[in-house]
Amino acid sequence: MTTRNTEIWVGIFIAAGMAALFMLAMKVSNLASYNNGGGFEVTARFENISGLKVRSAVTMSGVTIGRVSKIEFDNKALQAVVTMKVDSQHDTLPKDTSASIYTAGLLGEKYIGLEPGGDEANLKQGDVIMLTQDSLVLEKLIGQFVSKFVSDSSSESPIAP
Amino acid sequence: MLDPLSRLGRGGLDFFKSLGRGHILLAMMLASLPGLVVRPRLIINQIYSLGVLSLVIIVISGLFVGMVLGLQGYNTLSKFGAEESLGVIVSISLVTELGPVITGLLFAGRAGSAMTAEIGLMKATEQLSAMEMMAVDPVKRVLSPRLLAGFISVPLLAAIFSAVGVYGGEFVGVGLLGVDEGSYWSQMQANVDIYDDIENGVIKSLVFGLVVSWIAIFEGNNSIPTSEGVSRATTRTVVHSALAILGLDFILTALMLGA
Repeated sequence: MTTRNTEIWVGIFIAAGMAALFMLAMKVSNLASYNNGGGFEVTARFENISGLKVRSAVTMSGVTIGRVSKIEFDNKALQAVVTMKVDSQHDTLPKDTSASIYTAGLLGEKYIGLEPGGDEANLKQGDVIMLTQDSLVLEKLIGQFVSKFVSDSSSESPIAP
Repeated sequence: MLDPLSRLGRGGLDFFKSLGRGHILLAMMLASLPGLVVRPRLIINQIYSLGVLSLVIIVISGLFVGMVLGLQGYNTLSKFGAEESLGVIVSISLVTELGPVITGLLFAGRAGSAMTAEIGLMKATEQLSAMEMMAVDPVKRVLSPRLLAGFISVPLLAAIFSAVGVYGGEFVGVGLLGVDEGSYWSQMQANVDIYDDIENGVIKSLVFGLVVSWIAIFEGNNSIPTSEGVSRATTRTVVHSALAILGLDFILTALMLGA
């Protein structure tokens, strides 16, 4: 094996390894959907965000238009403060847009769904979304349902003979 | 009466002695790495014999592991009607676990054992001593190029393994079993994270590359210079590498998931 052949093979090997890494990054993972470029940040306050994570999707009409960039806890108001980064081309969102936390499917990931309002002014960097709706907690819902069911049946029982 | 106790003590001392020698050797190799910049030829030759010659076994194993994952994953997921998640299962298990671990094990068997045998024979035939006589530092000339080549080769091999495996899974899942191609790739992209999954897999393979090459070089350099000693050292390389890879894999995974 001549030296030149060795070098060519090593070159092919390193190129193939790099190509495999590139393929893993671009085609397998979510790097392509990362948008580190322009964008503006808006915050929203929630009573309960259970399950929302940093980098969760922010959608409007089902289209992902941004990502959650920071989740903090406000010690004074005792609320969760969620900062989300919306891609810069979506700068025409009305100022009174409302934010809700939804679940993808029955057990899927949490995401923020934005719904447009009717205001003339647009959301800008640093704005706060005033209208929010909390994450739905399945246990609470079941609890309410069960207690309602129990109180219904107990109020019926005196009538029964 | 005191015999078993002294045997235990001797065993412990031997263990710590070889551990210490291993670390001294590693420090010497790392210290001589900057000197390699002027002789890239040494590294290229080692990457050829460690990396390029391992390529065939890595590609074939990756393909078959990916295909088996596709088959097994499809059979389990179809019970829940979640065949679309096949891409996620195949890619996450390959990128974070199977890629680095199986590549490390195959590398230890294919290249690590060869490295130990080569260095052990160099020692047995007194080539290393001869080099020292000619004022050529064997650590600089023989050992550290191999360490660096292993450190470079294993991550590349692991990436090739994972990439080939993902296509193997696609071949079985999409081509033979009829999973939708679009959802195979889009679910994968939605759920595999570049930092949480890909980067952690690369870190694992870097660690395995370093550790396997280190063990192989140390066992070769530390072997008893007879044919039996070299054969024992070769066996130890494979056994210790496998144990180190599996143990470190658990520790690294625990650290990465905990972070």
